[in-house]
Amino acid sequence: MDIKRREVLKAGSGAGVLALAAAAGLMKPGEALAQEWNKAAFSTKSFADTVKALGGGGSTESRDIQITAPDIAENGAVVPISIESRLAKTQAIAIMIEKNPNTLSANFEIPAGTDPFVTTRVKMGETSNVYALVKADGKYYHAVKEIKVTIGGCGG
Amino acid sequence: MADAMRIRANIVGDKVEVRVLMSHEMETGQRKDARGDIVPAHFIQNVTVTHAGKTVLSAQWGPAISKNPFVHFRFKGGKPGEKVTISWVDNQGDKRTDEATISGG
Repeated sequence: MDIKRREVLKAGSGAGVLALAAAAGLMKPGEALAQEWNKAAFSTKSFADTVKALGGGGSTESRDIQITAPDIAENGAVVPISIESRLAKTQAIAIMIEKNPNTLSANFEIPAGTDPFVTTRVKMGETSNVYALVKADGKYYHAVKEIKVTIGGCGG
Repeated sequence: MADAMRIRANIVGDKVEVRVLMSHEMETGQRKDARGDIVPAHFIQNVTVTHAGKTVLSAQWGPAISKNPFVHFRFKGGKPGEKVTISWVDNQGDKRTDEATISGG
């Protein structure tokens, strides 16, 4: 009886290992990467450095990127920003705020089948240029809009 | 454990409109409390949205995303009754996953 119990235990642990292996095998590289956080990109203090940290050599200004946001934000703690790209093969949309302590606010990856559009809310410490950086077909493009802030949103 | 996300997923035309409101402090690590001590940073770093086993949006965030983060986006291929699953992980290792059922237009 004891031997049977051990056999069951052995079989059980074997199956567990197999399940783990299957899960590891099924994980695509992209999914593993999605759980990482690009510390370097979130530590930068300028638009140009952020583009580099995200893997771009540089960025071209584009009229095919639309930033929808208020001209004046009364409350810097909650500034709604909407970005839409009309560039073919848009892969990612990043939001950068030039005068925040760190430039990069967010980077959204847009898989095929998802619209090149995203809306969120950000904090702004003071009046600043806001950049929308779009990665499309491996190249980087941007649009910029100044948002005036009446009350800063970084506390203090 | 953070409160549940509020998720709306509706069919509009041939797309699913997703609106999510997460419950999170999004503490920047720059703010001081009443005693002058820095309040440690605590913010969501990774967000993943999946539908039918496929990622439909993933994001990396810094602390400049507003408290109780809101996201609105849309994707193709969803049908009423199917699920949309949203997960986040923050810089202190807290995590949360919620799902919503897609409703008809």
